[in-house]
Amino acid sequence: MAEAHPVGFQWVMEAKKRGATVIHVDPRFTRTSAVADLHVPIRAGTDIAFLGGLIRHVLETGAYFEDYVRAYTNGPMLLRGDFADTEDLDGLFSGFDPETATYDTETWQYEGATAPSAAGDRDLDVHETERGEMPGSGGAPIAADPERDDTMQDPRCVLQVLRRHYSRYTPEKVHEICGIPVATFHRVAEALVRNSGRERTSAFAYAVGWTHHTVGVQYIRAAAVLQALLGNIGRPGGGILALRGHASIQGSTDIPTLFDLLPGYIPMPHAHRDEGLQHFIESNAGTKGFWADLDAYVVSLLKAWFGDAATADNDFCFDHLPRLTGDHSSFRTVMDQADGKVPGYFVVGENPAVGTANARMQRHGLASLEWLVVRDLNMVETATFWKDGPEIETGEMRTEDIGTEIFFLPAAAHTEKDGTFTNTQRLLQWHHKAVEPPGDCRSDLWFYFELGKRIKARVAGSDDPRDRPLQDLTWDYPVDATGEPSADAVLREINGVDADGKALPGYTALRSDGSTSSGCWIYCGVYADEVNQSARRRPGAEQDLIAAEWGWAWPMNRRVLYNRASADPVGRPWSERKRLTYWDGEKWAGPDVPDFPADTPPDYVPPPGAHAAKAIGGAEPFVMQSDGRAWLHAPAGLADGPMPTHYEPEESPVGNALYGQRANPARQRFERADNHYHPEPGTPGAEVYPYVFTTFRVTEHHTAGGMSRWTPHLNELQPEMFLEVSPELAAERGLTHGGWAHVVTARSAVEGRVLVTERAKPLRHGDTVIHQIGVPWHWGPNGLSTGDAANELLGVSLDPNVHIMETKAATCDIRPGRRPRGPELVTCLADRRRQAGLEEEPR
Amino acid sequence: MNSLSGPLADPSADAGYADGHPPRVGFFTDTSVCIGCKACEVACKEWNALPADGVGDHGAAGDVLGLTGMSYDNSGGLGASTYRHVAFVEQRVPARDSAPVDLGMPAMELPGAVQPGVDRDDATEVRWLMSSDVCKHCTHAACLDVCPTGSLIRTEHGTVLVQEDICNGCGYCIPACPYGVIDQRQGDGRAFKCTMCQDRLGAGLAPACATACPTESIQFGPLDELRERADARLAELHDRGVGEARLYGRDPDDGVGGDGAFFLLLDEPEVYGLPPDPVVTTRDLPSMWRHAAGAALAVAGAVAAAFLGGRR
Repeated sequence: MAEAHPVGFQWVMEAKKRGATVIHVDPRFTRTSAVADLHVPIRAGTDIAFLGGLIRHVLETGAYFEDYVRAYTNGPMLLRGDFADTEDLDGLFSGFDPETATYDTETWQYEGATAPSAAGDRDLDVHETERGEMPGSGGAPIAADPERDDTMQDPRCVLQVLRRHYSRYTPEKVHEICGIPVATFHRVAEALVRNSGRERTSAFAYAVGWTHHTVGVQYIRAAAVLQALLGNIGRPGGGILALRGHASIQGSTDIPTLFDLLPGYIPMPHAHRDEGLQHFIESNAGTKGFWADLDAYVVSLLKAWFGDAATADNDFCFDHLPRLTGDHSSFRTVMDQADGKVPGYFVVGENPAVGTANARMQRHGLASLEWLVVRDLNMVETATFWKDGPEIETGEMRTEDIGTEIFFLPAAAHTEKDGTFTNTQRLLQWHHKAVEPPGDCRSDLWFYFELGKRIKARVAGSDDPRDRPLQDLTWDYPVDATGEPSADAVLREINGVDADGKALPGYTALRSDGSTSSGCWIYCGVYADEVNQSARRRPGAEQDLIAAEWGWAWPMNRRVLYNRASADPVGRPWSERKRLTYWDGEKWAGPDVPDFPADTPPDYVPPPGAHAAKAIGGAEPFVMQSDGRAWLHAPAGLADGPMPTHYEPEESPVGNALYGQRANPARQRFERADNHYHPEPGTPGAEVYPYVFTTFRVTEHHTAGGMSRWTPHLNELQPEMFLEVSPELAAERGLTHGGWAHVVTARSAVEGRVLVTERAKPLRHGDTVIHQIGVPWHWGPNGLSTGDAANELLGVSLDPNVHIMETKAATCDIRPGRRPRGPELVTCLADRRRQAGLEEEPR
Repeated sequence: MNSLSGPLADPSADAGYADGHPPRVGFFTDTSVCIGCKACEVACKEWNALPADGVGDHGAAGDVLGLTGMSYDNSGGLGASTYRHVAFVEQRVPARDSAPVDLGMPAMELPGAVQPGVDRDDATEVRWLMSSDVCKHCTHAACLDVCPTGSLIRTEHGTVLVQEDICNGCGYCIPACPYGVIDQRQGDGRAFKCTMCQDRLGAGLAPACATACPTESIQFGPLDELRERADARLAELHDRGVGEARLYGRDPDDGVGGDGAFFLLLDEPEVYGLPPDPVVTTRDLPSMWRHAAGAALAVAGAVAAAFLGGRR
């Protein structure tokens, strides 16, 4: 966190100054480890084994917060009799279909009730083939009350199922799998337990070191299970903090750049299932909690987009929305590009030619397009691959053969335009333009506004029904003297207005009759009282700990989600020390905005047939879940299991020490000639790629380098691509500190300077010594500081829930000296693949 | 003549500033919270428009832009274009939770270090110290004392400043600095060092480095306040069992009369590349001149005696 989020890390240091214990779990010893109280080195890709060990410790020692678990989690719920755990099926849950590598999740449900997922697509009636496109987590409508046992002793209740699921995740097993000494494991477990419960809370912070795995979603789920058991959710100082990959990635999920979501986590309609608005609402809204008002959110969104053209008679233009026909995620699309199925591509503020896994495949995709638009601050590799990319050097591509027409458009930086950043705690913070953008650089807002105007002008006179969505689209924003559209006006449109055109106060004011509009329901309220609430900057020293007047957090400026859980079932704070939201006899009170219907008393029991907020019981804090509870076992919403389970990465040097099933059975794999995977451990050829590598970032550079490799003051601080190795590995492979070495996989080879450091330490897995190599991924051929791109090394294998790639754990070899160049690189890689049995001998 | 050594409450007054001049300001760099992000280095170079060493328009120019191999430190040290420098000290040391055993054996390693590459067991652990170094703005600044042109001055804020339009590049200040801070810029010839952002101080702003520091490792303010804060922080760390914490450059009785930029360190100064007992190099100038004058008198006397004796 100190490496990649140094500004946010100031608050960790502040907490440490006040006495907090900081524990850092990472395969590498980083700048975070340097200031942590304890660094826990871990074998890359084994965090669920570690977290599962902690879950087991909490369950077996009785250290969980029992009152909280009973009342606020689904620990007491009974599961169906036909549910089978990984303990029964050697690493699989019930419902797995090996043919399609997908789960039928029916048997994961509660006894006597059915609960769909809480965000994204909650339609349970999904074709097997579309399962991969089901995003989201959590829960929504429940047809009936599930059976439960509040003593939590029934062997079919979630808590007992969980206990059994993790029964073999002992400290000794954690040591064997993760390489973490038993004593170190106990130090972590004891610190965590000591600092959780009624009087104290602990927080988890993670970044892409947890998400970039074929089991990425389950990593986060494991932390959620642990935090729910310890009572660390919905309470001050608790929670799980997602540190995103770069600025405002949270914002680009809220108002998504994701193919399967509409703004505010509303699912994207499917082509064949969601034929009308009513059907869409019925299959995705529930009856209970805030998702029950989905119709108001969707209609208000359609009103924001299509204005007066959207009427009750035409389903508010619901049919204007594009439809999903399958997996349109990033990697699927790039493979389709490489196969010649995609004509055009916008790349905005990204640099896939070096910044995305299997960079070679990415470039082949780019080279197979008809046209490509690149908007960036600098002339990044994605815009120049056609003349100086690695394939030009190896002879695999010739410039004259590449038909892609490339438009490079210079972009304004965040300091050169107004707008918001939405960060990890859902906090929107406005930034004002500090300087004019240089030359022809323009903001993205300007670009899309102008593009939209031009396209609308082109179709203005068309009577082709296909053009109706474009004709009906509202596209009218005030511009300043330079033609720059007002970002403030866009934010106000996102907030939404009522029938009189006044800014709405919050999402509870949204209506399904077409009288309100809102571009993103969860952001409704950011422009309450006609004020840009995100621009507030009252210093923290002048506010209480909640600091409600710094920026604006969705939803409703709430700073701690599910904060009803900071009080006990009858509404009293669990402890005075950790008081936040509590029932004062008339309403929910406290410094934060209650994440609960403000006047629903703790003893409220919803009458039969109650709807939406009125259907939430007074002691059910998890208001976005169908049962009002935190889920230790997820009866729906996940593609790869209801409880996190340790699986090895796609590529690892050892087998699964817990189950016969080695890796995530539902992970997405792509067996293609341009996407080789290494042999499984213990099979012939695996020894060709004996080491583990993990990609990482340093403070001095930014992601794939598009911003930082052109900045002299940053380049002098981290001037060259380097490879971090332990003294032991350096001795084993003859690597010299400061000299050259190259890392080799079946995909490619990259070179860098060797940094031999005692910070890197080999781990033991039984009798096997495991060496881990740190490979920073900031470099590429362009800019002032140049070097090979780490993403050349990676293959594409994905998490089945969110289609994210595994970049944080894979296998490789490392050799002294520079890598082969030109055509020699191609033949050398092929030789290694043949050695590993991945490729036939040429005839 | 200004005083050259010993405690001195107000160096600006000593330099002739009238009553009512601003209070003496400085830096307190608390290395115990430094995360090595180098924001200070970048903010300093940006504000002071300093060149990046070795970066040309078309990539690495010369051999300066390259991995130094010294952990994550690639700027190497303070210099004419680097007024802030973050040191990275990577060492294997006895584990914090194992009892330290001091055999008192003489060794070539830095204090507290374990022989690299050996003893990689649980009794040892890696530590990675980070510390942002800067000009110390000494109470008694030898660079200033030896400057023949008056380019180096004591400012109204009590800091030491090079006036680059007056500097003639003689270089006397460079060996005079007991910390090796000030340096000549290649191709320019003049001497440069930290100005404590004199141009910001006048406008009521804090220096760029302190403003950019995310963890308040670099604190800026009136020196009296900083010394109080540092004493409190040191006591806090000692209470928490961080017995190795110490202040460096805080003491007005030290060889330079105390530093305007002082530090909280977590080990001996040598570990961070700082001199353990710096002394203003001009401290002995008065006695040297006295001795020189005595010697001259003696020589003159001897010569006179020779002549007088010769006439006898």
